[in-house]
Amino acid sequence: MLLEARGVGKNFPGVRALQDMHIELRHGEVLALVGENGAGKSTLMKLLSGIYTPDDGEFFLDGRPLEVSSPKHALEQGISIIHQEFNLMPDLTVAQNIFIGREPRSGGFFLGERTLNARAKELIDRLHLPLDPRQVVGSLTVARQQMVEIAKALSYDAKVLIMDEPTAALNDAEVQVLHDLIRRFRRPDTGVIYISHRMHELKAITDRITVIRDGRYVDTLDTPTTSMREVIARMVGREITGEAAPEGVRTGRETVLSVRGLSTKALLRNVSFDLQEGEILGFAGLMGAGRTEVARALVGADVVESGTIALRGRPVRISSPAEAAKHRIGYLSEDRKHLGLLLEQDVNSNVVLSSIRDLFQSFGFVRPKAMRERSTELVSSLRIRTPSIDQTVKNLSGGNQQKVVIAKWLVKDCDILIFDEPTRGIDVGAKEEIYRLLNELAGRGKSIIMISSELPEVLRMSHRIVVMSEGRVTGHLSADEATQESVMHYATLRPDETGPQENPDHSATEAGVR
Amino acid sequence: MTSPTVTEEERQTAPASVRRTLRDRIQQFLAFASLIVIFGFFSMVSPNFFNYGNVTNILFSTVVIGLLALGTTFVIITGGIDLSIGTGMALCAVISGVLIVNTGLPLPIGVLGAILFGGLLGLVNGLNVAVLGLPPFIATLAMMLVAQGLALVVSNSTPIYFDQTPGYIDLSIGSLVPGANFPNAVLILAVVAVLAGVLLNKTVLGRYTYSIGSNEEATALSGIDVRRWKILIYTLAGLFTGLAGVMISARLGSAQPATGMGYELQAIAAVVIGGTSLSGGKGSIVGTVIGALIISVLNNGLQIMSIPQEWQNVILGCVILLAVYADMARKRAR
Repeated sequence: MLLEARGVGKNFPGVRALQDMHIELRHGEVLALVGENGAGKSTLMKLLSGIYTPDDGEFFLDGRPLEVSSPKHALEQGISIIHQEFNLMPDLTVAQNIFIGREPRSGGFFLGERTLNARAKELIDRLHLPLDPRQVVGSLTVARQQMVEIAKALSYDAKVLIMDEPTAALNDAEVQVLHDLIRRFRRPDTGVIYISHRMHELKAITDRITVIRDGRYVDTLDTPTTSMREVIARMVGREITGEAAPEGVRTGRETVLSVRGLSTKALLRNVSFDLQEGEILGFAGLMGAGRTEVARALVGADVVESGTIALRGRPVRISSPAEAAKHRIGYLSEDRKHLGLLLEQDVNSNVVLSSIRDLFQSFGFVRPKAMRERSTELVSSLRIRTPSIDQTVKNLSGGNQQKVVIAKWLVKDCDILIFDEPTRGIDVGAKEEIYRLLNELAGRGKSIIMISSELPEVLRMSHRIVVMSEGRVTGHLSADEATQESVMHYATLRPDETGPQENPDHSATEAGVR
Repeated sequence: MTSPTVTEEERQTAPASVRRTLRDRIQQFLAFASLIVIFGFFSMVSPNFFNYGNVTNILFSTVVIGLLALGTTFVIITGGIDLSIGTGMALCAVISGVLIVNTGLPLPIGVLGAILFGGLLGLVNGLNVAVLGLPPFIATLAMMLVAQGLALVVSNSTPIYFDQTPGYIDLSIGSLVPGANFPNAVLILAVVAVLAGVLLNKTVLGRYTYSIGSNEEATALSGIDVRRWKILIYTLAGLFTGLAGVMISARLGSAQPATGMGYELQAIAAVVIGGTSLSGGKGSIVGTVIGALIISVLNNGLQIMSIPQEWQNVILGCVILLAVYADMARKRAR
């Protein structure tokens, strides 16, 4: 056994985060660790990286008791962890990031920059990564930043590599690159713990799957002989019933939003589509196709160069998200942690934030009681799992954070809701709830634009699908016509096949992090 | 689109790094260009501006702000701030007076004592920030008041004069360069600036300074003892404060306990004009030196044009706004 956890427990005031936890990582295997958010995965990570110390039980590495006192100590013993949040310094170069804390030195204090770059180059070449050691990390795309993380983790001569949601920000091709890396890293004396919410990836890369729930060990299953349905059932402790199909108003739909010839300086070219009442309109496309840019242009976050937007037939000009909100259009950003929430504030403040002026003040004074009532109401109707509305949003799981964002826009009573990657970084159980919620909203006559990179999600949820490629709309599909193949066909149409266009700078829009 | 090997498409991204370093150079170039423009402007409007005497004068008047700005550059790159450097400087000047004039210690020991005392102030700041976890703004604001009070207490609220120790005054206004009448203070600033540059760019300390400012948590998770380095960085800023205290009292020929307040803001302004980001992670010594020069060229030129002191401050304030605005506009253009 390479790495083993025996009866590990960890308590926090009022919470038993982990209880009698068992993990067995064999030599040379890739072990999946799955569980809903809050199941205890990140606590386990923090124990293994020495940020917390266990209250009960023990870890063993190669059969010897393992004690970890600090992140550095973990690395020295051969345990490398790639955390979900990137742990990179955006202002430093690739090489400087990889060898941070282990810089080649002369005289103990002076940096050997040339040696540093050479070593990084060697490592990058060995891993076949498309990176330049001297490039500043902040200027890289998310996928490349992920590669830097991996290079850094592997540079420690790791025996155990633990990856927490490594593919959350990657597209399919990039996931392939990552999986190739993992296969190359896997040797008879090493092992990988792979944490992911993407069930189909577990089939592709893992040997066994350990399921945990509510801080406890549930089961370990052999991947090849296990269906993902079984895994999910063990994760959530119940069978997930049926696949929520799109619902909503089906007859006599009115066109709520009509976009014609929308273009922006950066990327969008002549984008046109209609959104109907009670409809979920899916936006599919590869990374950098311009889906998020359409949303940003719609709500006035980006400057529109030409084109018209009409709401229920009436042309409107929207030049800021505040104006969009007045027209009852809400945009739920893909980057909810930075752009959608005040993480340090409580649920209540977040929910009422954008409505305080309109709904919760009289004579210049805020009305805390009304705010609390409305928040409480939404917390229960959206089934937001939080001890109270005074809980700091930072401490909620991803799914519940997303629901808080949704609640915020529901308070404003928006008619049009634009969801950008609504289930990114959210576990399976919570995803189902978000889907159900989207259906409910559509059923109540709200019109929804759903931008998603997960094709199965788009196919399943949308009444109609708009497919984009390189800043243009390349296809409109109804739910019946849409299949993985047809969507991918339109998503990969090159601009020269859809008409002439100047070459927009893609790398600029793809570099989400900066 | 991404393949495991380095494809042609991947290679095309390599120039991006070059472009980016170029952009960063442009920031320094912009600051430098504005310095030249301001300099040229004053040279044209006033015949008394561009001559050896006045240029030396400008450099001379840059020394104190320059030293303070150099030290605080490190702190600001970590994402912190040091408000205690102004009054801390006055306290160190008083300590220097106490050691050399009142106690009669030999000059080098007195000077060293004052500088180390500055280091001690910085150490306390560092401990408060790194160990107790106080926000740098609060920790150093408190230290600013403590230092101001202590300077008055230690000196009995009276200036200490160095007229019995001409060697001390020569540290500033004496000239090592024979016959050139070029003040030592400027040489000291130049040497210290080069040292600071080496420290920031070529040493582990400098690397971790950027790293902490860029992402403190990630730095800690990479196994770096962030607390220790932060303490060291604040201590370093304190040493610069101590040296500034020596240089200002040498220039004035006296340690003035009631001064110092306001210098910290000028120093921070110099750092910011020089392109160092207050949110950490970015900055340079060259930028800071240029920023300090811009401030003293402005002060000097406006004085020569007989613009009243009140208006000088208004103009300086506008320059700071302009510098930061230009920096932000450039970043947004990316």
